Amino acid sequence: MTSCHVAKEPIKKVAIFGGTHGNELTGVFLVKHWLTNGAEIQRTGLEVKPFITNPRAVEKCTRYIDCDLNRVFNLENLGKRMSENLPYEVRRAQEINHLFGPKNSEDGYDIIFDLHNTTSNMGCTLILEDSRNDFLIQMFHYIKTSLAPLPCYIYLIDHPSLKYATTRSIAKYPVGIEVGPQPQGVLRADILDQMRKMIKHALDFIYDFNEGKEFPPCAIEVYKIIEKVDYPRNESGEIEAVIHPNLQDQDWKPLHPGDPVFVSLDGKMIPLGGDCTVYPVFVNEAAYYEKKEAFAKTIKLTLSAKSICSSFH
Amino acid sequence: MCALPTPWEPLRRVAVTGGTHGNELGGVYLVRHWLQAPGELQRPSFSATPILANPAATAVCRRYVDQDLNRTFTNTFLTSKAAPDDPYEVTRAQELNQQLGPKGSDQAFDFILDLHNTTANMGTSFILEATRNLFPEATFSMHLCRYLQLQSPELTYSILEYQAPGETNGLPSVAKNGICLEMGPQPQGVLRADIFSRMRALVASTLDFIELFNRGTAFPAFDVEVYRILDSVDFPRTEDGHLAGTVHPQLQDRDFEPLLPGAPIFKLFNGKDVLYDGDSTVYPVFINEAAYYEKSVAFLKSRKLTVSVPALPALTAAPTLAP
Repeated sequence: MTSCHVAKEPIKKVAIFGGTHGNELTGVFLVKHWLTNGAEIQRTGLEVKPFITNPRAVEKCTRYIDCDLNRVFNLENLGKRMSENLPYEVRRAQEINHLFGPKNSEDGYDIIFDLHNTTSNMGCTLILEDSRNDFLIQMFHYIKTSLAPLPCYIYLIDHPSLKYATTRSIAKYPVGIEVGPQPQGVLRADILDQMRKMIKHALDFIYDFNEGKEFPPCAIEVYKIIEKVDYPRNESGEIEAVIHPNLQDQDWKPLHPGDPVFVSLDGKMIPLGGDCTVYPVFVNEAAYYEKKEAFAKTIKLTLSAKSICSSFH
Repeated sequence: MCALPTPWEPLRRVAVTGGTHGNELGGVYLVRHWLQAPGELQRPSFSATPILANPAATAVCRRYVDQDLNRTFTNTFLTSKAAPDDPYEVTRAQELNQQLGPKGSDQAFDFILDLHNTTANMGTSFILEATRNLFPEATFSMHLCRYLQLQSPELTYSILEYQAPGETNGLPSVAKNGICLEMGPQPQGVLRADIFSRMRALVASTLDFIELFNRGTAFPAFDVEVYRILDSVDFPRTEDGHLAGTVHPQLQDRDFEPLLPGAPIFKLFNGKDVLYDGDSTVYPVFINEAAYYEKSVAFLKSRKLTVSVPALPALTAAPTLAP
């Protein structure tokens, strides 16, 4: 008889996705390595499947072929009639949903880790899609504690209009893993090592959980997205100002209304404005120029989780 | 290939090219800015022409469409008969050769400054392409580098000499004199304000130097360290050619620092180290440049040597100012 508040089903099926964006190389090469030598990611009693989600984009070392795979896993796209005319990534999303989902059903994978890199100076980042998920809050708490003193930040994208239909969202427990800074098309050993450690701690947590360990109530600091900010542009849509040197590389650091955020090509400084302190993330991410996002504003929150344990014990 | 003499007339026809690789954004944004506001490129004795070298690649933010433009300025490509199914960059190289060349002729532009970025930690570097000897071909460009260094003595600028096997093939080689300005680290598809403003200041100082020369300034001989590129080292690969590891943490970001035999250069995915097995110290550059993975280059080896640059004599005739 346990004192645990929330008993959860043991975890059986875990997937690790790499290459959702074909030029974010850490996930690509970790998954390729684990496909030939998977010892490191095996845990007794757990099925852990590494998988390359966008092989054509990986082949061309580009983010995507037709459209961003990590934005198309909504029910509308997943339900479209299969046809040659569908964008490659939508067809691929349907295949992935069939293999690892279906989304919103009981048959899908329990956990999917989706590996990403960013050109932003975000360090080790875990991405949470649901602020009330005790299991994932506990997992993230465990990973963050295990990685210390290496910082690990938690980005909460639970926002009605800003949240997006990720590849990993077909699992019961979707986990985004984002490590930067790393240029597109470059594989850095230090970044690879950090991502590898994050996965190791995540799998250790799942194993401990399945073995019956009880995780007491915990709290984590998270950064919740509130708004995306585009670059200043002219009438033709061309970028007229760049991220100010004071903001460049300062992801997660407090940004105040009077602080510089952009500097125009003719030298004018543009401040944040508004009336509250925010914490910027995805500052100067290469892939977001076309998505009209120079950085995202977040606010700091604390999320709590009840104690959890596996219902099997 | 005849050696080009040092200029004996003022330099009138100068080009600053950006977007030779469409995802190296420093040059792209500078050229776009100058096309709308060219005042910055004007000097009393000449005006520099801003050119977006690879517009199609720039439009899709990729290095190239069909082939690397900055390897396409060879005699073969430049003189081949134009065909509708030519690679985009061959057609473009021929257009640029018309506008800025013809390469090797007396009608060619006097000087091309070609703007580049790298994902490697190379700070501010100048790349000279030479067929055999650096001098007298590169005398003018070497004096330019010296002038730029003296303007900012607290910063480290590096000069790389690349000896083309056979003929030169880069964009600057179309003009009588030319140089690549390479700044990093900056990811492809990213514009960093610090790199952008430093690149802009270097272009301004370059034009100031040309103006000084045009006004009859003489520049004395000097000695300088250059890095002469030797050969390249590929990533460790599996039997089927895929990456088996990447640049070792102890080599990453250490461009221009001495690499000794026995030092680690790669970390394999299985955790093992690969050590440098050369028999002498080399100076690695372009360490972990994104665009070089497909060229099978993890880094380039270079030798550091001191070269004696001959004096750049003053123009004897008083220059006439541009109308």
